[in-house]
Amino acid sequence: MLALNNVEVMYDDVILVLKGLSLQVPEGKIVALLGSNGAGKTTTLKAISGLLKTEEGEVTDGSIEFLGKRIDGRDAATIVRMGIFQVMEGRRVFEHLTVEENLRAGGYTSKGDGNLKNKLELVYNYFPRLIERRNQKAGYLSGGEQQMLAIGRALMAKPKLMLLDEPSLGLSPMLVQEIFGIVRKINQEERATILLVEQNARIALGIADYGYLMENGRVVLEGTPEKLQDNEDVKEFYLGLTDVGKRKSYRDVKHYKRRKRWLS
Amino acid sequence: MDFFLLLLVNGLVVGSIYALVALGFVLIYKSSDVLNLAQGELVMLGAYICFAFVVQYNIPFFAAFVLTLVFSTILGLSVERVVLRPLIGQPIISVIMVTIGLSSVLRALVQAFWGTDTRPFPTIVSEAPVMLGSIPISQVYIYSLAVSLVLLAIFTAFFRYSKTGIAMRAVADDQQAALSMGISVRRIFAMAWIIAAVVSAIGGIMVGLINGINISLSYMGLKVLPVAILGGLDSIPGAVIGGLAIGVLENLSGGYIDPIVGGGVKEVAPFVFLVFILMIKPYGLFGKEIIERV
Ligand SMILES: Nc1ncnc2c1ncn2[C@@H]1O[C@H](COP(=O)(O)OP(=O)(O)OP(=O)(O)O)[C@@H](O)[C@H]1O
Ligand SMILES: [Mg+2]
Repeated sequence: MLALNNVEVMYDDVILVLKGLSLQVPEGKIVALLGSNGAGKTTTLKAISGLLKTEEGEVTDGSIEFLGKRIDGRDAATIVRMGIFQVMEGRRVFEHLTVEENLRAGGYTSKGDGNLKNKLELVYNYFPRLIERRNQKAGYLSGGEQQMLAIGRALMAKPKLMLLDEPSLGLSPMLVQEIFGIVRKINQEERATILLVEQNARIALGIADYGYLMENGRVVLEGTPEKLQDNEDVKEFYLGLTDVGKRKSYRDVKHYKRRKRWLS
Repeated sequence: MDFFLLLLVNGLVVGSIYALVALGFVLIYKSSDVLNLAQGELVMLGAYICFAFVVQYNIPFFAAFVLTLVFSTILGLSVERVVLRPLIGQPIISVIMVTIGLSSVLRALVQAFWGTDTRPFPTIVSEAPVMLGSIPISQVYIYSLAVSLVLLAIFTAFFRYSKTGIAMRAVADDQQAALSMGISVRRIFAMAWIIAAVVSAIGGIMVGLINGINISLSYMGLKVLPVAILGGLDSIPGAVIGGLAIGVLENLSGGYIDPIVGGGVKEVAPFVFLVFILMIKPYGLFGKEIIERV
């Protein structure tokens, strides 16, 4: 359904961030894209969704194809209309709009308000917590609710392909479980294909059908979740396990967290 | 008491026109962070265009009114296309400087075509005043107030319920996120300029019907700035309340204080009031609260 072939992305005409990245997302599947800070995961998603342009970024080589058509270089609005919807890192809800207004903004590209009710109902079915907050300003929602709203906005557009950028960011493990369960359900029931970017490899590989691991703008490892989970490097660096199988020291974990907050 | 009521009504009429024009100003600021310093010139130009259609081309007033709105739509669209779009990505301050340039160009054009004398609008609305209780109010005031209030209500509903209105507020909140859902930010900017030009023209025509028109109509821009700041710059209800408040304040201080001190208070009062309010509420009466949560 989606294919990136040797994609190169440059920011400001000088900073080369993606250095020949290739990956495939087959229809109906959940594909996980893993990697550490600065590997270029967000850049990859923005290259697909057309948001790169707003940041002086450009696909300088290779191609991006969606349903057999080249989409690199097209503008974001066109790409959304073709059926790709990016849920951006950090949730990015419209803080001064109510929950329901946020959802309506998400459905901006779909024609006719006739099925608006149905679509809102669909979202509230997946995220019942949003119902009671429908008239509340989104800025006052909790982090978890905001993430639900961000995914709900995507649902409103009925996308064929959803790009999720670190939906687990800053959420409690319980909530992460809940949200990933819903993502799986959306994949099955709405038949939305999903490209999932995560730092939390364990949970991402838990729901994915296939995974890619990227470092420094390239894919360095790919395979089924089982294969990735068995890889020693993945175990060490992404699952937080050493080869003896015990957790890494608390200090490392904390250090990683702090760095993450600094960057995001 | 009658005198007070008279001042109050006049204040509300003028204030509702301020509110209308401030709405255009706020829209542009809200969606693109640009202070449009040519807002007053849009008021002036709209009034002169309508005047030209009615007086110079003998078109009936209602047709002329509609034609003026069409003209303003095209004007707003072309300002966005020709003047602002090439500036996308440039610092906001450059864009603001460009609106100053635009204001000089528009003022020069109006002077070149119509000179600087005050021109009376032909009488459209009957001059016989209606009595509100014991105070006489000219009919044009009533129409003007009604038109402004209806328009303000329409726009409020538009921003709250329509897809485009919600999209405009979404762009004002987070441009990139809005883009990620397929909202065309350029189209939204164009819409903001169109609405700004249209409401300004309507405001200009109404002032023209009341007072006649001359080049000083462009000072409306100076009036609208305190109105918008008072309301919080980015708040649509704020613009409405700010407009009415300043209109009333201006008339009351003009009526009661000017005769004592010999004039001038009417012009200054809005600014004094503004400074006062800003000392208490630095973001204006309805400024966007910054939502902080982690
Ligand atoms: N707009 C930009 N201009 C210049 N460089 C950028 C821009 N956006 C990202 N970069 C650089 O590109 C590299 C990859 O960034 P990207 O955001 O894609 O990483 P990421 O894998 O999503 O990281 P994280 O897990 O921290 O979100 C980083 O080195 C970053 O500094
Ligand atoms: Mg990222």
